[in-house]
Amino acid sequence: MSELIDPIEKKRVRWRSRRGLLELDLVLTRFLAERYDQLTPDEFAAYVRILDLPDTEFLELVNGKVETDDVTLAPIVAMLRSV
Amino acid sequence: MNVPVRHFDAVIVGAGGAGMRAALQLSEAGLKTAVISKVFPTRSHTVAAQGGVSASLGNSEKDHWHWHMYDTVKGSDWLGDQDAIEYMCREAPKVVVELEHFGMPFDRNDDGTIYQRPFGGHMSNFGEKPVRRACAAADRTGHAMLHALYQRNVRANTQFFVEWMALDLIRDADGNVQGVVAMEMETSEIVVFQAKATLFATGGAGRIYASSTNAFINTGDGLGMAARAGIPLEDMEFWQFHPTGVAGAGVLITEGVRGEGGILRNSDGERFMERYAPNAKDLASRDVVSRAMVTEINEGRGCGPNKDHVLLDITHLDPEVIMSKLPGIREISIKFAGVDPIKAPIPVVPTCHYQMGGIPTNYKGEVVLSTTDNHSDIVKGFYAAGECACASVHGANRLGTNSLLDLLVFGKSSGNSMIDFIKTQPENLPELNMAAIERSVARVARLDGQKNGTNVHEARSAMQRTMQAHCGVFRFKDMLAQGVAKILEVEEMIKTIEIADKSKVFNTARLEALELENLIEVAKATMISANARTESRGAHVRDDAEDTPANPNGRDDQNWLKHTLWHRDGNKLDYKPVNMTPLTVEAIALKTRSY
Repeated sequence: MSELIDPIEKKRVRWRSRRGLLELDLVLTRFLAERYDQLTPDEFAAYVRILDLPDTEFLELVNGKVETDDVTLAPIVAMLRSV
Repeated sequence: MNVPVRHFDAVIVGAGGAGMRAALQLSEAGLKTAVISKVFPTRSHTVAAQGGVSASLGNSEKDHWHWHMYDTVKGSDWLGDQDAIEYMCREAPKVVVELEHFGMPFDRNDDGTIYQRPFGGHMSNFGEKPVRRACAAADRTGHAMLHALYQRNVRANTQFFVEWMALDLIRDADGNVQGVVAMEMETSEIVVFQAKATLFATGGAGRIYASSTNAFINTGDGLGMAARAGIPLEDMEFWQFHPTGVAGAGVLITEGVRGEGGILRNSDGERFMERYAPNAKDLASRDVVSRAMVTEINEGRGCGPNKDHVLLDITHLDPEVIMSKLPGIREISIKFAGVDPIKAPIPVVPTCHYQMGGIPTNYKGEVVLSTTDNHSDIVKGFYAAGECACASVHGANRLGTNSLLDLLVFGKSSGNSMIDFIKTQPENLPELNMAAIERSVARVARLDGQKNGTNVHEARSAMQRTMQAHCGVFRFKDMLAQGVAKILEVEEMIKTIEIADKSKVFNTARLEALELENLIEVAKATMISANARTESRGAHVRDDAEDTPANPNGRDDQNWLKHTLWHRDGNKLDYKPVNMTPLTVEAIALKTRSY
């Protein structure tokens, strides 16, 4: 499935995974190494949307302090919590 | 060579609090202002600041800027420039109220005024008792500040160049600054941003250390660019550390863990704090705990395969207590240390947090080369603000909540200085110094053409381990001397770093290599400045600077009440006196620093 994702877009999103908070950098580095290349186009699209969140909200989601009610984001949130 | 040139009144590198505060000043004055940033502005590292911003508003109890000034001078261990500190503390109430008007959602009192809370080191009546001076927006002060400033900048038509990396500063034959060379990440195209005035607001360089709380973007790009362009770096030996960060990650473990009964242990399982502080033990002050941890590691009693950390043990505590009193610590430990603290101790190490030194400026944000305390010899057209600058308000040690204040006060004053300077400049920009631009282009070409070179990751890791082991929170004479030789070896490695991926579009490997070339300049400045300063002052603490009646805490005012200036060329060190002449009040006289 992965070949359906634009390779240039994948590189752009890899850079956008650099954040203002260390905790997110650490989690996303692992995510990029372990899971990123296996994402389906839907999961990739969900990840791109999560990256639009402000860092503070993003971290709370990854830490499990808040839950998302967006069902399309849930799988990627679960992945980020497990790496 | 054909490098496109864009023209502006002002170019700002960095879109954190300081850069955006300056940009706002310039754009609202109607000037054409460009802000270059590696990441989207609201994802700058300012977002990590939680504590608040200090100002003697006196909303909850009586306060005065002069008391704030006293606390800041004392916090700086008298290395801060008193003209700049007076300026900052007097401006504080104004810039905080301005920020409120920009839409910053400060916590409020019932009467609608900004709520203020106490914060370490902030006192009333010249050190008498704690005062409520910190203004915060819940635990998201930095985040809220970035959002307020970004929205306001968009309204003022500031032009943001997001996902661009500045490569080098351009100075003409007389040393005046003409702008920067920058690279667009999407295409790797190199473009010149020519401007009448250039501001660096690129933040700190905490990534020079193996253990740092700084985000990955904090690579000291402005410091590297300034050093390569012949600008000295000031007081780079002064870095603030926190005693307990998760080893290998840098995420902080709150001191509350020791408060709840956490015990530090070495590789023998010994509770070593009993030897260093028989009474307070693990609850001794930050500097005592840090010093003990580093001594254990240096004497071979560190833990792990590299014997480079100690253990924070809470396995003896009731799991219920851990869950209720220390929320989040278990998650942090599992996620970043890979251990469940209910079952096994957490690996911890003193962790770098904040850089006090930087590009030398006066309180107007103008970059100064002078070795006198009157801030003459200004670099025309060049300004710096925020963590990358050294005004110097933090001196040898920063007071909590003064960093966000620094961003606002000196972001604004830089912006105003730039407006005044731009007005004096002819409408047509001068001819660019092509040699400077060519050097920058050649630096990228070297990287792309390098064969059989050093791996970027290995070189960065060597630098970080060297800094952590030889120039960390507590410093040893012999280790520093060895550290100088080692960091110069690492520099040689970095001269031949090579990247496998040479593609043009969002090439993260190339960006990381360019960042490493900036980090190494900061690492050298830090190690060499620290090796030379043979006293202890503030955050720079050495084993060979003894606590004597003449030199309390090892501070040697006779010989070392002066700022360090490190020059990249030949690693030469100069010194300049501390400014002890405030703008309107009497100097805060030298005293032993104790709390």
